[in-house]
Amino acid sequence: MTLTKTARPAAAPPRAAAPPPNRMRAWATRAPLLPALIFMIVVTQLPFVATLVISFLDWNALYPDDRSFAGFANYGEVLSDPALRKSIWTTILLTVTVVLISLLLGLLLALLLDRRFRGRAAVRTMLIAPFLLVPVAAALLWKHVLFNPEYGLFNGILHAIGGDGAAQPDWISEMPLMAVEASLIWQWTPFMMLILLAGLQSRDPQLIEAARMDGASDWQVFVHITLPHLRRYLELGVLLGSIYIVQNFDAVFTITSGGLGTANLPYTIYQTFYQAHENGLASAAGVIVVIGSIILATFALRVVSSLFREEVSR
Amino acid sequence: MATVASTTPTAPARRSRPGGRLRGSALGIVAWLAGLVFVAPLLWMVLTSFHSEADAATNPPSVTAPLTLDSYREFFGLTGGASPWPAMINSMTASVVSTLLTLLLAVPAAYALSIRPVKKWTDVLFFFLSTKMLPLVAGLLPIYLFAKNTGLLDNIWALVILYTAMNLPIAVWMMQSFLAEVPVAIIEAAQIDGAKLPTVLGRVVAPIALPGIAATALICFIFSWNELLFARVLTGVVAETAPVFLTGFITSQGLFLAKVCAASLVISLPVLAAGFAAQDKLVQGLSLGAVK
Repeated sequence: MTLTKTARPAAAPPRAAAPPPNRMRAWATRAPLLPALIFMIVVTQLPFVATLVISFLDWNALYPDDRSFAGFANYGEVLSDPALRKSIWTTILLTVTVVLISLLLGLLLALLLDRRFRGRAAVRTMLIAPFLLVPVAAALLWKHVLFNPEYGLFNGILHAIGGDGAAQPDWISEMPLMAVEASLIWQWTPFMMLILLAGLQSRDPQLIEAARMDGASDWQVFVHITLPHLRRYLELGVLLGSIYIVQNFDAVFTITSGGLGTANLPYTIYQTFYQAHENGLASAAGVIVVIGSIILATFALRVVSSLFREEVSR
Repeated sequence: MATVASTTPTAPARRSRPGGRLRGSALGIVAWLAGLVFVAPLLWMVLTSFHSEADAATNPPSVTAPLTLDSYREFFGLTGGASPWPAMINSMTASVVSTLLTLLLAVPAAYALSIRPVKKWTDVLFFFLSTKMLPLVAGLLPIYLFAKNTGLLDNIWALVILYTAMNLPIAVWMMQSFLAEVPVAIIEAAQIDGAKLPTVLGRVVAPIALPGIAATALICFIFSWNELLFARVLTGVVAETAPVFLTGFITSQGLFLAKVCAASLVISLPVLAAGFAAQDKLVQGLSLGAVK
């Protein structure tokens, strides 16, 4: 089954009557591609098919003999169960907040870094550093070292500035989702900055110079030249950021362990099958994530392909 | 900036210069401040890791407390606790082997998508990309069940296979763009001179593509080293990786801030090193090759 599947996209011979030597050469051309293609389909596509099948089963791993066909019951349950429904909403809220704030901060930082100033390389390195911390390590840093109510750095600074009467909030219990978001924004702003900086540096300097000569102000240059040029890079940042953050598990798992209303879909899927052993339900939730991702991916692929075509035609 | 001022004696340009320079250096300072704010938590983590547990847990914070290596000694198990080495070695195995496997599959594939392209090569390229956009978490359960039924649970090779699949799309995209930069004329010239394919690949293509291959390898290494969800679900005592080891610090255990910091830093060190080494190609890898 996998073989016929792999053969199709690569083969697709429009000229079936081609002489044998030609066909041999075509297969010789395809050969280097096949191992990667087959590997990819077996390891990443087959599990999705299995998930789709399991999502229609009533299957709790603790009662393996009671496996039966359930139709859309699991989907009904995912969409009606308050906890699961909330996790869909949490996923959306978490993703939108983190992506938009990191994008905005990333844009400001990219604009600052696009200028020449002393120590630009050092500042760039400092800004990338948060992204290069293992995600669990970054989450631990925020959870224990910064947010800890008794001896965390944030309350320590508040204490040092405000004296003994200073507020000492318990950050994670008082604003759990914001705590998770803060750590993710810290890690993902560098990612946005890097993409947008690449966008800024691909502007045509002559165009900007010409606009300046014609008396355009910095603001006019930004609105009429920079922003339109950056549009696709902004789109790319939003879409790729969303794809990565929709799937985030590490920060939620580490900072709140999914408690206090911060459980997103990946965490919920993990919990539903790993702790509650509800295989059918977890798979239905998985299929919902896939559908959401396909919608995102369709837009993402369109942006990537327009950037790509521009590159190829150059 | 100075040259622009001297070559454009138009009125608006001249008017904006003196203010422009002042504003320029002010914006430079703003950029420095922003950089410091972003790196501050990390620097604080470094400082805390060199403090004693008692000094790490004061409020207000003790910035100038004496430095010590105690927490590193404790982290490495020199004071009797669990040693992190098995987990680090597992992570190293999973990351290095999966990276090599990824390159082994990606380089020929990229060759067939750039230098000697198959028909409809862009469709194939986009197929690879689309697999990266589907959340792996949705395939978690079948993969777990498969591993359980084939005895691959708590086996580092299960992670090697998964990480290879996770990184293959990125690697194919990056390699494709690097190999596409090799001028076809050079390859044809070498072939006309009678060079065989291995010679062409070794002498002509490899020297041009090598920096790209290295950057691709570093990025695959980072993603594999960082992965938590699959490692958490598929490994136990034997095949535990470094991020899973770190999850042991999720619940507080008395005074342990300095140790958390030391552990997080040591385990992040390979990623920091690989990331700074691949700095220039980092965007390209993260944007799946869309941004150069």
